[in-house]
Amino acid sequence: MKKFFAQTYLWLLLAMLYAPILIIAIFSFTETKVLGNWTGFSTKLYTSLFSGGVHHSLLTAIENTFIIAIISAAVSTLLGSVAAIGIFNLHHKKKMIMNTLNNIPMLNPDIITGISLFLLFVSLGITQGYTTVVLAHITFCTPYVVLCVMPRLQQMNPNIYEAALDLGATPMQALRKVLIPEIKPGMISGFILAFTLSIDDFAVTIFTIGTEGLETLSTYIYADARKGGLTPELRPLSTIIFATVLLLLIVINIRSARSKKQSNAQ
Amino acid sequence: MKDSNFIIELSHISKRFGDKVVLDDVSLFVKKGEFVTILGPSGCGKTTLLRILAGFGTASEGEIRIAGEQMTDIPPHLRPVNTVFQRYALFPHLNVYDNIAFGLKLKKVKADEIDTRVRRALKMVGMTDYEWRDVNSLSGGQQQRVAIARAIINRPQVLLLDEPLAALDLKMRKDMQMELKQMHKDLGITFVYVTHDQEEALTLSDTIVVMSEGKVQQIGTPIDIYNEPANAFVADFIGESNILNGTMIKDKAVSFLGHEFECVDKGFGENTPVDVVIRPEDIYIMARTDSAMFNGVVQSCIFKGVHYEMTVNTTEGYEIMIQDYNAFEAGQEVSMIIKPSDIHVMKKERLCNTLDGVMVDSTHVEILGASFVCTERDDIESGEKVKVEIPFEKVELMDNKDDGVVEGDVRFILYKGDHYHLTIRTESGDNLYVNTCDIWDDRDIVGIKIQPEDLKITKA
Repeated sequence: MKKFFAQTYLWLLLAMLYAPILIIAIFSFTETKVLGNWTGFSTKLYTSLFSGGVHHSLLTAIENTFIIAIISAAVSTLLGSVAAIGIFNLHHKKKMIMNTLNNIPMLNPDIITGISLFLLFVSLGITQGYTTVVLAHITFCTPYVVLCVMPRLQQMNPNIYEAALDLGATPMQALRKVLIPEIKPGMISGFILAFTLSIDDFAVTIFTIGTEGLETLSTYIYADARKGGLTPELRPLSTIIFATVLLLLIVINIRSARSKKQSNAQ
Repeated sequence: MKDSNFIIELSHISKRFGDKVVLDDVSLFVKKGEFVTILGPSGCGKTTLLRILAGFGTASEGEIRIAGEQMTDIPPHLRPVNTVFQRYALFPHLNVYDNIAFGLKLKKVKADEIDTRVRRALKMVGMTDYEWRDVNSLSGGQQQRVAIARAIINRPQVLLLDEPLAALDLKMRKDMQMELKQMHKDLGITFVYVTHDQEEALTLSDTIVVMSEGKVQQIGTPIDIYNEPANAFVADFIGESNILNGTMIKDKAVSFLGHEFECVDKGFGENTPVDVVIRPEDIYIMARTDSAMFNGVVQSCIFKGVHYEMTVNTTEGYEIMIQDYNAFEAGQEVSMIIKPSDIHVMKKERLCNTLDGVMVDSTHVEILGASFVCTERDDIESGEKVKVEIPFEKVELMDNKDDGVVEGDVRFILYKGDHYHLTIRTESGDNLYVNTCDIWDDRDIVGIKIQPEDLKITKA
């Protein structure tokens, strides 16, 4: 009996968590303009999402979102990994301070990060647009990369970098041939995390996107919803994005489970 | 190349981390092809010295030359040495072959030559056919073999080994010791080996460097170090020994254990206090007889495999350790004989504590970073520098560190047959030597007190 209640509770909770996204996913396969009316199964919304035409601006927004996500994930992976190596080699007290400084931006509410970046760009006189959005995304993604790479460094045998030097590698070669392969799993996890965070972001983007007509997915949906009524094509789009993120999450989890297994085996 | 017989020349190396002196004026010269072991307890600076040799650390002072070339400021990748690390430090993302080929690939050696050399190195360490194995799937012993192969394939002039066998079990360690010795013979290169295991050092080395507290205590062959230890630390650290206070009466005559013995040492002068070392296997033990040198009663007898180890209380009240193939049960009355050549006499390093101090006023003197009460001295001005002598027996140690004037911790314990001789490191970083009958443990924290009349003050 006790087990039954525990099970029911769990399933109810999961149902509540996933109901909204499930409804969107189900209604992405019908043509109705108003959510709630089932007008028969159809994949028309999916085809019209990608055929462009009427929804040209939506496609541009999707394109922008992905390009921004790829650039900022790549740059923050690079910056974050270098920073993690630097922090790792600091001495106790400095290391603790740097780790704390790295954690603060992650706990900081997005809206505050957005406003402060907005003020920074204005005061520096940088025209808001593509560049500022990318810079902003790099800013809030980098600490997460540091967080992903750090455990790999801590697991590493501290002598292997020295062993590479000892065998005749220059410090740069030792970094490339020994250190980076060791932290690569952390860098890939960091990249995926930064990528999803960038796609997902609204609060920081809206403050740094400027007024030149640049739109990302989140700002497009926001504007669209305010115009009255969501474009029906957003339903298949949300479903696709959800599926993509789910896939990435599964990949991250499998990777971390595998690396845990490997480090246990050592 | 400079005209020199030495492959490694370390001159006056000192290393400090902040205030802490890890290496204190260490000089070491190693001949080409020698197997040198740096031996000492943990924290004696032996690994730091090896790291300085490899180039992972820099010396605060001193000069390093390898094969006649100045190496003091040369980074590790340009030094003609290779290292075998304690925890193997294999590259986990590479297989056995690529681990071993790492150094040669960096040097852009041709692929087919790399191939031959990797196979030869693997054969040398007894790991043929392991090329394509993942290094994480190997046992500790196998990983260590790969680590050795990875180092020797580069044909270094010097191979540095940092406690390479410490992580292996006893049986494996013994086998690997023999293999290392054979490898040293076959390769003909210089080995510098760091260990805290005295037996390993005696087995493997041509030369042993005994270190303690950042200083070289003795350099010599295993036989020299065992038979002729330079001081009480070496005698105690290498093998088992009875270390006793004695007096050199005249050449070839020494008194200890309350008796006078004939010995082979000379040149100490007459009536000079000395330390006497006698290995437990060098004392002949027999049932009570009148023709022996001295008598005693067995306290305990433990079977140690090859021999029995017995503790004997002599009639004069000293406790000595004896190893013999024959067992004498506890309580049995026995007699002992020591041959003159088995008595090793060492000059005492010091006869009492000598400290530099400053007079605070006529009844206080500052030593060990604190002010001690002394008997009144009107003849010495306040602020004047003085020498303070304190006999070993007159330093009082307290369980509670707050009961003493200063605190310190026990760094080295030597049993002298009827008392303990302790080395106490005070907070100020000075060493204080104490004779006591109380039992203390290594690293115990103690309070230190000295009675005013026991401070003998003289003008510096």
